[in-house]
Amino acid sequence: MVTGTARKTPTARESLLDLLSSIKDPELPVVDIVELGIVRDIIVDGDSVQVDVTPTYSGCPAMQVIEQDIVQALEADGFTNVKVRYVFSPPWTTDWLSDRTKTKLRESGIAPPMAIEGAEMNDLVTLRRTRKTISCPYCGSANTEVKSEFGSTACKAIHYCNSCHQPFDYFKDF
Amino acid sequence: MTETTSTSGNDDVLEYLLRLGDDRLVLGHRLSEWCGHGPILEEDIALANISLDLIGQATLYLGLAGETEGKGRDADSLAYFREGVEFRNLQIVELPKGDFAFTIARQFLFDVFSLHQLEQLQKSANKELAGIASKGYKEVRYHVRHSSEWLQRLGDGTAESHSRAQKALDELWRFTGEMFVGDDVDQRLGAAGVAPDLGEIQAKWRAMVSDVIQRATLSIPSDTFMMAGGRSGRHTEHLGHMLSEMQIVARSHPGAAW
Repeated sequence: MVTGTARKTPTARESLLDLLSSIKDPELPVVDIVELGIVRDIIVDGDSVQVDVTPTYSGCPAMQVIEQDIVQALEADGFTNVKVRYVFSPPWTTDWLSDRTKTKLRESGIAPPMAIEGAEMNDLVTLRRTRKTISCPYCGSANTEVKSEFGSTACKAIHYCNSCHQPFDYFKDF
Repeated sequence: MTETTSTSGNDDVLEYLLRLGDDRLVLGHRLSEWCGHGPILEEDIALANISLDLIGQATLYLGLAGETEGKGRDADSLAYFREGVEFRNLQIVELPKGDFAFTIARQFLFDVFSLHQLEQLQKSANKELAGIASKGYKEVRYHVRHSSEWLQRLGDGTAESHSRAQKALDELWRFTGEMFVGDDVDQRLGAAGVAPDLGEIQAKWRAMVSDVIQRATLSIPSDTFMMAGGRSGRHTEHLGHMLSEMQIVARSHPGAAW
């Protein structure tokens, strides 16, 4: 609730991070934006605050919703001037997801991203390149195959489990 | 004198950002025309995803172009309120989508160019540009995988898919030379460490493109007459038709929001 008076909570960065942890990724509601690693910095100056965020993918449509959610949450906390700034360097990577976050993804039926490999250029164009084994988030089987590297959102790929015959999303390593 | 020099450097960066943005905006729009028409559901989704990546990248380059220009234009006003002659994209990206083989072949030829262009641009002296390029580079790696694998499947598939893929490559080849034709802008930005060397990109493009075409059991078309002009606003007749469709809503309802 915007009161126009002094803010209710302390200015400590940690407490604001806690506050931003209440904002979920709209396309991935099991994960919040701090866990996702897109909140890069918070700069407080009196009743003004700037939040630096980095987009996951260039065209991610969830970014606009997330920006609105950040502004709303901080204004409700008493800030009168909230600015969301986009930063692009260093680029977001799925290596920033913690093990705890990866477990949450798996529990919700999304295979978490593997660690990034330093793939050679030639690996890009080899039809029968060695693919990483993605374990099924439902039954744990390694007998899975990729159906398409582009799925329901920019960050997911479509996979299929040959053991439990269940299609599932893989959170792409990126 | 000093002021003139710095303004002209700014103009070069603006021009270069428009080239980067327009390539991706126009190609992204062409790909979006497949939405609901893909040969199979997964591929329909893939093409729409790649389109979204490209339009997202275009938004970032055009947004930075607007800031660089400093006249209050944002990415939307640059996308929707410029005429065809003001667009700086390569002609290859504005050609109609054609059949699936044509779309894949065009995508492949552009993806490999974009991959090596963005790889170099990550080291640009313009830090904002380098940051945007580093994100796009990761996306384009997935795009190259997609289009190169499809080209191999089409080339090494049925007699019909093979002949369609070869026909597409033959038709597209004369539009590839333009990717590597540098002008004064490229030279000045190259000297300033902002833009990469096109000769180096061309050598890498040629090696990767030849490799995949051969794996696909297709033939590399011979270098003959090459089209050019997109970078200075000379386009094929197809761009105007595309823009009229892309821009009509924004122009009919200027300033509309929802």
